[in-house]
Amino acid sequence: MVKNWWKIVSILLLVYTLIAGFLMSVPRLNIINESIRALYFHVPMWFGMIVMFSVSTIYAIKYLRNPTTKNDVLSVEFANTGLFFGLLGITTGMIWANYTWGSPWHGDPKQNGAAIALLVYLAYFVLRGSVENQEQRSRLSAVYNIFAFAAMIPLIFIIPRMTSSMHPGSGGNPGFNMYDLDSRMRMVFYPAVIGWILLGVWIATLRIRIRKAEEQILELEDYA
Amino acid sequence: MIATLFKKEFTLELRRKSVVSGLVLYLFSTAFICYLTFNLRQNLVTPLVWSALFWITILFTAVNSVAKSFIGEKKGRDIYYYSIANPASIILSKILYNFLLCTLLSASGYLLFFLFLGDPIYDKLVFAVLILLTSMGFATSLTLLSSIAAKANNSNILMAVLSFPIVISILLMAIKVTKNCIDGLGWDASWDEMLTLLSINCLVAAVSYLLFPYIWRS
Repeated sequence: MVKNWWKIVSILLLVYTLIAGFLMSVPRLNIINESIRALYFHVPMWFGMIVMFSVSTIYAIKYLRNPTTKNDVLSVEFANTGLFFGLLGITTGMIWANYTWGSPWHGDPKQNGAAIALLVYLAYFVLRGSVENQEQRSRLSAVYNIFAFAAMIPLIFIIPRMTSSMHPGSGGNPGFNMYDLDSRMRMVFYPAVIGWILLGVWIATLRIRIRKAEEQILELEDYA
Repeated sequence: MIATLFKKEFTLELRRKSVVSGLVLYLFSTAFICYLTFNLRQNLVTPLVWSALFWITILFTAVNSVAKSFIGEKKGRDIYYYSIANPASIILSKILYNFLLCTLLSASGYLLFFLFLGDPIYDKLVFAVLILLTSMGFATSLTLLSSIAAKANNSNILMAVLSFPIVISILLMAIKVTKNCIDGLGWDASWDEMLTLLSINCLVAAVSYLLFPYIWRS
């Protein structure tokens, strides 16, 4: 129970996000209107994805310094969870865009960047699938993980800021920046981000436990 | 050491002339197919279509030419290099060599497009610098990926899958600068993109330099 306090925090924060996110008043802004509530669900997905992929990269670096199965499993499962968050982010974004922009896929620079980031990590899993030798698979995928993360930085953080975009928060559109994010919204937004990230870590730890259990089953079968 | 390895790549390439001529032929046939397709009706190749065709051709040629830098190597030769050279000089010499190869191929690609599809480029100098920078980007990012793909099964498909998402940020910049060159906007308009391209190249080169020893060890 003492060790699991953060899981309880996550649940409480998410319950708060759900209730406050749908019921509390939000500023009336042109075009966005009530869909501004997507901020509590769509934006934290990207924060979560970045955090998961960063953790995955950190464990990939750790794996190269100290090749243990544990580092490899952690790296893969955090990448998996990050991919899941990314898919959710793109889906929620598409639902939002369908109502606000009129079509789910608008060819916005941020949408394209997100789609490419997901392609990178799908390629990562293809790479893992196509190497037979386990040790080599872990090492090659760790290298690709670090390389892809480095190549993703300009794609996600630099290029979208250089181009004009219809996405809220860029190109003069209202959205997430320190001048027009209402203080009432911050009260929900920051807890939402923390809650979703904690939930992501939780999902990853569960998957890691499943992996470990599977490995133990395999070992027992080998003995039998 | 780097110079020796670089010279070795060069001599090997000259000895197997079929590979380079194959690549040039690949480039030629792609440009020719574009020409034949778009020749059906006059004035179909607008400057932007030209740019799209040009970069698609260059991308596929670059992927194919760099892919062979590790995939083509024989198994025993790897072990021989491993025993006499350190990984840093191997990757640097390969990147340098691929840079040269990509630049040559892009330049000849431009010439072929010039011949068949006309030449919408207004700022020749900016475009030349762009070709240098993108070739550098292709060489730095694809060389490491080729060494990863070489270790796995069905490496040719894997090479394409691994490289496209990574090369896209380079291509995005290239397409934007090409449009500026076509519109004749001069240096000022493309300066930001050029700097971004250069920094992407430096980043990718540094990462491949650091990571290559880990691939090499296996």
